[in-house]
Amino acid sequence: MRTLIFRTAAPYLSSLMLLFSVFVLLRGHNEPGGGFIGGLIAVSAFAILGIAHGVPAVRRAMYFHPMAVSGFGLLLSALSGLLSFVYEVPFLTGIWTSVHLLGMEVDFSTVMFFDIGVYLVVVGSITSIALALEEREDN
Amino acid sequence: MAGEVSGMTDISGAMITAPVAAADWLVIAPVVVPLVFGALLLMFRHEMRWHGIVAMIGLAILVGVDAALLKRVLAEGPLAMTMGRWLPPFGISFTADALGAVFALTAGVVALICAVFSFRDIGVSGRRYGFYPFLMLMMAGVSGAFLTGDIFNLYVWFEVFVIASFGLLILGSEKAQIDGATKYAILNLVGTTLFLIATAYLYGTFGTLNMADIARKADGLRGTGPLMTLATLYLLAFGMKAAAFPVNFWLPASYHTPRIVIAALFGALLTKIGVYALLRTLVMLFPVERGILAETIGWVAAATMILGVLGALAQADTRRAFGFLVISSVGVMLAGLALGSETGLSGTIFYAVHSMLTMGALYMLAGMMREFGGSFSLHELGGLYRLSPLLTAIAFLLVLAAAGLPPASGLWPKILLVKAALEASAWWLAGAILLTGFLTTIAMGRIFLLAFWRDAPAVDGRHVTAAATGSRSLGQGVLIAFAVPILLIGIVPEPVIRIAAQAAHGLLESAPYIQAVFPAGGG
Repeated sequence: MRTLIFRTAAPYLSSLMLLFSVFVLLRGHNEPGGGFIGGLIAVSAFAILGIAHGVPAVRRAMYFHPMAVSGFGLLLSALSGLLSFVYEVPFLTGIWTSVHLLGMEVDFSTVMFFDIGVYLVVVGSITSIALALEEREDN
Repeated sequence: MAGEVSGMTDISGAMITAPVAAADWLVIAPVVVPLVFGALLLMFRHEMRWHGIVAMIGLAILVGVDAALLKRVLAEGPLAMTMGRWLPPFGISFTADALGAVFALTAGVVALICAVFSFRDIGVSGRRYGFYPFLMLMMAGVSGAFLTGDIFNLYVWFEVFVIASFGLLILGSEKAQIDGATKYAILNLVGTTLFLIATAYLYGTFGTLNMADIARKADGLRGTGPLMTLATLYLLAFGMKAAAFPVNFWLPASYHTPRIVIAALFGALLTKIGVYALLRTLVMLFPVERGILAETIGWVAAATMILGVLGALAQADTRRAFGFLVISSVGVMLAGLALGSETGLSGTIFYAVHSMLTMGALYMLAGMMREFGGSFSLHELGGLYRLSPLLTAIAFLLVLAAAGLPPASGLWPKILLVKAALEASAWWLAGAILLTGFLTTIAMGRIFLLAFWRDAPAVDGRHVTAAATGSRSLGQGVLIAFAVPILLIGIVPEPVIRIAAQAAHGLLESAPYIQAVFPAGGG
């Protein structure tokens, strides 16, 4: 699989896919998309990079261990549910706020952080499986 | 910020508007605490020195919130919280009643004791494979299963703890473990698939998944809906989870393979979740159908308890023998489900509490016997009395506990069950329970005689020497931590009997449970 064309194209393809995965994640609130599918797209990006440049390159590029990423995602999701405690509403209630950012109204919500957590859990756990399988292929 | 929408629109028709007191978070805390700690452990998976300590702190907090929850539920009745402010049955409700809270507390206590034992049993490789994160996530699943008030959510928690248990089962990646885990995984997935099919069918019939909602709608649908099919499907699915005969083959195939502390956790907790789910669905949701199935459940119970203990009699490996005793204890619990009376159900609930402690302790006893005697096999063990009188004393107490003899905790639930069986004039079921007690005495007595009383046998001309690893005093301390509650419950059973009776009453009279979820009666 490590042809020159693939190896040259893979980083560009992967970065585009990662960008697209973030787009899918953020549009997921009211339209098709969301953390799970966005995460899967990101995993495909890492998998392609792994096939083209080998698993060590992906691990270096991710910096954090995939399982640590998925642990952080789980924590983020749990904490975004726990914020309800302060507002005296039940666990996992969506709490919204909007911030003026660069002259625009930007809405932030615990729902979004929960979804980012899901994204990270999917990215971490499935990447970890994919990399383990690719490593075995390499040997 | 949270309530800003309510200023513009009236949301009281769709959402819960009453503020939630901090104390109400007790119902969700037993899930959130292990989840947060499991996530933290995953994040810092390379700081393995701290894993054990962090997990113990997490489990100690879990036991604390479980105890507070049980105290509150006993005093005030069922406690409910519906996620995301959506009104039930649209939001997912967590509903803790005495049954769920007492199971969750006992499970938390067993997990905490197992975590202490894991200090010596789980080495560096086990930590690297993620024993502690798996343990915490499994406890999140176990607590969730006991406390959720939504039947699809129950399925989700089943998946959570089953997937975590796959990870624990293959910790070490030995061939026997992979072999056991494959059987365990496939048969468990068949069970969960049945559970999912039954739940889909239930949703198609009832149009709701909230257990309180199902309980109050069941009477109206009894004439038209396929409730009998649903009850039978749940009996099969959860019977498989609980390892009831004839769908128990996954348990003896897998429970002897993992590390001792993991086997103890599994033997103590996992089958009891199946029993809990059976109680919740058959007694609370489908009581009439349970009555029709009672005879079948009774024969299943009798076969499970007797065949289980016969299996234990035939084994030479202590872990395999204890695996069969787990099956036998599930049979005893099913007897109360078959009877369905308040006495019978409180016997089942009491027996489940006793069994969680005793089965966990038995597996750890097997581990300590290997520590001193160098083997799991009864052909090679011997002379342990001379090596450790303390271990012998604890082992003797556990023999009494498993067999249901005084002064250990197994006596009282069996008395309740036999009494309930005689009240229902199901003499054969009472006979089966007593026969099982007798056979368990023989099975446990055999292990005790061979391993403790007889002199160490010479194998291949040499004496098997003890494997001197880890600290023995910690292991014995852990066994004492199990032995103390077993003995205390045996001597002072009244509080547990009272809690079990309240839990059984809550199952039979579901009005307070429904009231907790639907305070206004609407929805």
